[in-house]
Amino acid sequence: MNPDRTRILVVDDEEIVRESLGGWLEKDGYTLGTAPDGPSALKAMREEKWSILLVDLKMPGMDGLQVLEEARRLSPDTEVVIMTAYATVDTAVQAMKNGAWDYLVKPFDPEELSLLIQKIVARQALVRENTMLRRALRREYGFKELTSRNPAMQGVLDLAKTAARSHSTILILGESGTGKEVLARAVHSESPRAQGPFVAVSCAALAETLLESELFGHEKGSFTGATARRRGKFEAADKGTLFLDEVGDIGPKLQLDLLRALEDRRFFRVGGSEPVTVDARIVAATNRDLKKAVENGDFREDLYYRLNVIPVRLAPLRERREDIPTLVDRFLEQLSLEMEKRLEGLTDEAMEVLKAHDWPGNVRELRNVLERGAVVCTGALIQASDLGLISDTGTPTAAAAVPNGAPASLEHVEREHISSVLAFANGNVSQAARILGIDRATLYAKIRRYGLRRGGEGEEPAA
Amino acid sequence: MIRVWWIGSAGEDAAMTERVRARVEAVFKLPAELCCDASRPVDSLDLRRGQHSSGRILEWLLQSMAAGADASDRVLGITDADLFIPVLTFVYGEAQLDGRAAVASTARLRADGAKPGDPLVAERLVKESLHELGHAFGLRHCVDARCMMSRSASLPGVDAKRDAPCDDCRLRLAERRKRRTP
Repeated sequence: MNPDRTRILVVDDEEIVRESLGGWLEKDGYTLGTAPDGPSALKAMREEKWSILLVDLKMPGMDGLQVLEEARRLSPDTEVVIMTAYATVDTAVQAMKNGAWDYLVKPFDPEELSLLIQKIVARQALVRENTMLRRALRREYGFKELTSRNPAMQGVLDLAKTAARSHSTILILGESGTGKEVLARAVHSESPRAQGPFVAVSCAALAETLLESELFGHEKGSFTGATARRRGKFEAADKGTLFLDEVGDIGPKLQLDLLRALEDRRFFRVGGSEPVTVDARIVAATNRDLKKAVENGDFREDLYYRLNVIPVRLAPLRERREDIPTLVDRFLEQLSLEMEKRLEGLTDEAMEVLKAHDWPGNVRELRNVLERGAVVCTGALIQASDLGLISDTGTPTAAAAVPNGAPASLEHVEREHISSVLAFANGNVSQAARILGIDRATLYAKIRRYGLRRGGEGEEPAA
Repeated sequence: MIRVWWIGSAGEDAAMTERVRARVEAVFKLPAELCCDASRPVDSLDLRRGQHSSGRILEWLLQSMAAGADASDRVLGITDADLFIPVLTFVYGEAQLDGRAAVASTARLRADGAKPGDPLVAERLVKESLHELGHAFGLRHCVDARCMMSRSASLPGVDAKRDAPCDDCRLRLAERRKRRTP
């Protein structure tokens, strides 16, 4: 509650009232203005922004109720308090109906006035804070954050923005770290459901039975440990958006359940017999080639077509290197705020290193590399050596060493590299995912796929 | 120089006004003296309200000090009259912000039944006198409820204050003093 930001306009035809009330409030640190009549008050409102209007009810020409009506139209955020020496219930009721904050009978108690002004100031501070947070959220999750200089990517984002305003299912395709969830959130915030919830589920992070309960909820006693009825993510996303991340990783049974839920817009909780109806918009994402998975028989064709209504493909960062400088600026601004550290940018050499890198972890990897640089750098400029992308010999570091010079498959190298990073991180999946520049869900999926232990050493016994 | 002037209708409680004078001198670090002039404000009584206009009293104090007063001088009127400004039911006192005159009243400081001569009334008067003079030295209200510049709209608020400025207000006062000193 900062009085300096609060501007109060006292509107009264009696000079002594304007002066005494103005002087009294000025000593509280508020910025004061006075107007002798309605038209002067409205002129002052057109010229400047006022937080509070204290308006006398009885004034020659334009009375307080008329000023109130005009003030509400000119500046709905300005709170109006009506003052009068002639208290009648009718005028009080009328003033409140017309949108006055309150009604004071002159002369009023000093404590009453102080509390009233403090209440208004506190409420306006809350409203301002709320507006700022909403703006920040929109900036964080809106399409404004998703800009590209790459023509193909611009087309993709335009399509997503248009599709966002419909109710159609969107399938976001792209490698890990390309920003699939960021785009899903932007779609939600641009959609007619923006006021509803955005619920994200990572389909790769959970075993099939757990995922079923996570998505559809369960009834009490439906399985060991189900001690109470629990709503699933589908229900939580009612009137909003359900984001199914890594949807290509779900098993055959759940594919069928999901298909039914999408077709019927209703489902049964695990162990339940009553259908639950929901109205949730589906945005799905995967880094897998779903069409190929359909051809291989790993993914249901009917579910594929149900999800693939509006496909949107996010290009990997290596295909849109022209976006790197813009992304760097944005991330450094965020990091500077988060770390409360002055960051002016990168040296030219550091920027060249970033432009030359292949970015297997895409935008997420870029952010992680910059975070490392921001932590390590000693001045306000990040040096190339701060980024950790150059080895001591000055050559770019490899993702994983080639074993004994013998040619190895990409899959083999990936498996070995993940294993060593997991060992380095002492089995901490979050830390390992950060180092690898992929999200946890993807790492879990890869751990399962390669049969790795979370400790990283040796293999899980083959199932 | 700060003149502390009893302008009430009853006889002056010399111990009380001396207590105010001594504290004023200590807080504002300026010589303060009691004024023995027997003249009293005229035309400040509002017959309809049965109260005295604090604005009128301030005007009268300014006129009364005009002859021979230095530009840096301040005058504090102390009265037993019940004071008001037109929109409020009462005020404990009033001052010109960054001006030369201030007035404080004992009338409402006894509202909880304290008798004249009660040390509590003198204590409250000291605080309200410092508060109003603080305005005359350019200070605004302070958010620290224990600071003498905290706005008090009721007696518990007055009693919660100290008869001294908080660190911030003390600094502001010192800065203003420095600005005034050539």
